[in-house]
Amino acid sequence: MKQNVTARSVVIVVVILVCVFGIIGFPKSTADLKKNWDNNIRLGLDLKGGSRLVLQVQVQDALKGEADIVINRLKDDLKKQNITWTDIERNDPPTVADADSIQINVKGVPATQSSSFRNLVNDRDSDWVLTPTSSSDYVLRMKPTELLALKKDTVDREIQTIGNRIDQLGLAEKSVQQYGRDDYQILVQLPGVDDPARVKELIGTTAVLEVTAVTDGPFPTRDAALAAHGGVLPLNTKVDKALSRGGSEGEQWYLVSRNAVITGREMRNARAGQDQSLGRSWETDFTLSQDGGKRFGAFTGANIGNRLAVVLDNNIVSVATIQSKIDDSGRITGLGSQDEAVDLARYLRSGSLPAGIVYLEERSVGPSLGADSIHQGFVAGIAGLIAVVAVMLVYYKRSGVNAVLALILNAVVLLAAVSYFSAVLTLPGIAGIILTVGMAVDSNVLIFERIREELRAGKAVVSAVDAGFSKAWWTIVDTHVTTVVSCAFLFLFGEGPVKGFAVTLVIGLIANVFTAVFVSRTIFDYELSGHRRMEALSI
Amino acid sequence: MELFKNTNFDFLRWKWPFIGASLVLSVSGILSIVAHGGLKYGIDFKGGALMTVRFAYPPPIDKIRSAMAQKVKGDISVQNFTDPASKDEVAIGTELQEERQLNVNRQAMADVLTATFGQPQSGKLDFNNTSQQALMDRLRDPLARAGASLNEQQLQTLVTNVLRFRDTPPRSGLVTNFDELSSVSGVTPAIINTLKQECYLAPFNIRNVEMVGPKVGAELRTKALLATLYALGGMLVYIAFRFEWIYGLGAVIACFHDTIITVGLFSLFNKDIDMTVIAALLTLVGYSMNDTIVIFDRIREDLKFMRRDPLETVMNRAVNQTLSRTVMTSGLTFLTVIALFIWGGPVLHNFSFALVCGIIIGTYSSVFVASPIVLFWHNYADKRKRRTGPAPAVAPARAEALRKSPTTRAAK
Repeated sequence: MKQNVTARSVVIVVVILVCVFGIIGFPKSTADLKKNWDNNIRLGLDLKGGSRLVLQVQVQDALKGEADIVINRLKDDLKKQNITWTDIERNDPPTVADADSIQINVKGVPATQSSSFRNLVNDRDSDWVLTPTSSSDYVLRMKPTELLALKKDTVDREIQTIGNRIDQLGLAEKSVQQYGRDDYQILVQLPGVDDPARVKELIGTTAVLEVTAVTDGPFPTRDAALAAHGGVLPLNTKVDKALSRGGSEGEQWYLVSRNAVITGREMRNARAGQDQSLGRSWETDFTLSQDGGKRFGAFTGANIGNRLAVVLDNNIVSVATIQSKIDDSGRITGLGSQDEAVDLARYLRSGSLPAGIVYLEERSVGPSLGADSIHQGFVAGIAGLIAVVAVMLVYYKRSGVNAVLALILNAVVLLAAVSYFSAVLTLPGIAGIILTVGMAVDSNVLIFERIREELRAGKAVVSAVDAGFSKAWWTIVDTHVTTVVSCAFLFLFGEGPVKGFAVTLVIGLIANVFTAVFVSRTIFDYELSGHRRMEALSI
Repeated sequence: MELFKNTNFDFLRWKWPFIGASLVLSVSGILSIVAHGGLKYGIDFKGGALMTVRFAYPPPIDKIRSAMAQKVKGDISVQNFTDPASKDEVAIGTELQEERQLNVNRQAMADVLTATFGQPQSGKLDFNNTSQQALMDRLRDPLARAGASLNEQQLQTLVTNVLRFRDTPPRSGLVTNFDELSSVSGVTPAIINTLKQECYLAPFNIRNVEMVGPKVGAELRTKALLATLYALGGMLVYIAFRFEWIYGLGAVIACFHDTIITVGLFSLFNKDIDMTVIAALLTLVGYSMNDTIVIFDRIREDLKFMRRDPLETVMNRAVNQTLSRTVMTSGLTFLTVIALFIWGGPVLHNFSFALVCGIIIGTYSSVFVASPIVLFWHNYADKRKRRTGPAPAVAPARAEALRKSPTTRAAK
């Protein structure tokens, strides 16, 4: 019996050491202690201050972009094979829920060329399924596996792009990750940032960026633009309005080509800078992807002296004259001011998100509230702990000490688990710890009450303790299982701070089974083994 | 010290009055909910924008509301916090009809506050609402001009210290006089002068901004409901497995009863229900189950030894035996929860309120709701058996209960 106690005591001591190490490491000074504590116990945003953004990737934008590429390629191929058509265009799914309905409508392929058309499509666009709707019209829809793959890829790239952009802020602990299971949502957590406006600007919101050839303009109104062409738009052009700068010239309208030379997908990065040589005028530098660079090079090489427009969400933000062939990195010069250059860079950058984003949720906790919350949680915790300890000591006398030790160990194990699992401590999490104290003491109460009963029934001390522990065991298991089940569902369905609460409560309860049963028992056995025959137990 | 040695109260004699009391409480809760037109959802479930602002003086609610109404569309609510730890704090809520308003509303609300209470025209920076980066950028050149120039590292340390001073209690985000900053390490009179030139002290501090689009609000409502239903279902299964099915049903009905009364109390006291409140409710469900299980466990054990006695007597005995434990545990858990309620601060206020109510109700329901249900069922089942055929040696329901108890370990 004595060896048993020794062995168990060793186990307990080892556990304590491991836990303490997990919380404060090997501190060599008070400053070290605080540093280790801060590193190991990570505070959630609601305690540290910071912002939490949930945004939804508008995957339909990426699907539309892909459809556009396919349309351009198809038109080229059909021309090469001398297959005629009257119209090829795609539909316009407006929301994420409709994204899967993307389709390309081909009209006017003569019946005589239908078989070569079908062969061509099956060859070159094998990701799409071709269905004829009449003798000369067809519909192309993306294969479901391709849809899924493209949407997933879009979200992944979006996460990466957003992450890169936020990196510029130099935040130590930001995180950008997928959120939820299948609604294309991204969670961005920014500790220490209590006004995310600047971050949202860096991330950008729109996606439809096009760089396209300007065919005519500027005109003062839309009608004037049409009138200049006999009231009818030339083939493949549209009329877009330029964003006015400082309201000096009034509205300006341009005729631009419908087929963009580069879209946001090819834009890699853009920055404002100053022209180092003459006059330090402001310019915007941009870089394109390799593919984009090739196409841009071909276009600019053939169009020196003509103009191109940067169009964002159907608004022209800049018109520039092509001065030389540009491949994958170029400059837009001659901008009026630093603001203009910075804004243009921002527009170009925002266009290079693979798809647009809509913010669904935004929560920011200021640092003063965070500090207050920590303070309040701490005070409430200490108050609760003191109350419980006092009552246990008064009601159960020396055995109460047993319970208090088990409780304290419980809290230590809980904190260590939080540290080892890299869980994040939130304010509800602190409430969970406080609640664990109250509920954990239940196990001890169950055991002690049972021991008292057995003693009243006349059993000897040692067998009373035995009976108390063994009879209470299954009840303890039952009660813990039900609360853990409850918390498991809370963990599955909750988010952020509430998840933190579920985690701390569950860990606390599991730790409690260890401390209330194993540790308490060892302490009792230690006391009992010291005396030959104990007459009475202080309980 | 022992409070409940060998008690012998006849609890179950009072089952009808207490069931009556339960019904009254539940119904009044439901009526209150109906009268208010449904549950009072917090921002988590309703969507909207909620800005928590602390003022340096008792905030003028009406002035805030009318100023907001001019710039922000939709319903506006401005409420004082009821929590004692947060005096002079208001929660300003606006509606968000669609996600795209998320950006607009936040900026509009902040602008209205600055225009109404701050000094937007002075060109100075609002010290009480500024961030680290903004303050550093603002002070860099003026400090150099004042002859107190600092390198980047020193500037960062200074600003960090100053802001930490501002944000920790008792200032908690609101500094009322720049001279208070002289106690911060690294702050010289020259720096204070520069601060006075470049910044002003607005009488308010924006503590917290939460904006939830309507889509997310609807999703969270669904999740909360599912979590609650699944949790109750999971427990029903577990208890039906460990005891017999009627015990499971009794326990679940008791928990359901607790939840309804607690939610009703929320409606009566006009408190918001948000995600943390749901967490509290689920914890309650777990806790109430605990209580109920302890009593059921005892009932099952006692049934083995008291085979001849009617179920009501056995139940009474079991409740009396566990009375000490019940009072102690509830009492101790209640103590910790009351500590949370009093000192835990405004963020946890509704959460701890739910727990405070729930623990009282949960304890009460284990004795006066769960057990009577089992009792009623058994009496009903026994009556039917007696009417339809000869009574077997042991009442069949009880036999099944005995069958399901775990094998007891040999007494050592």
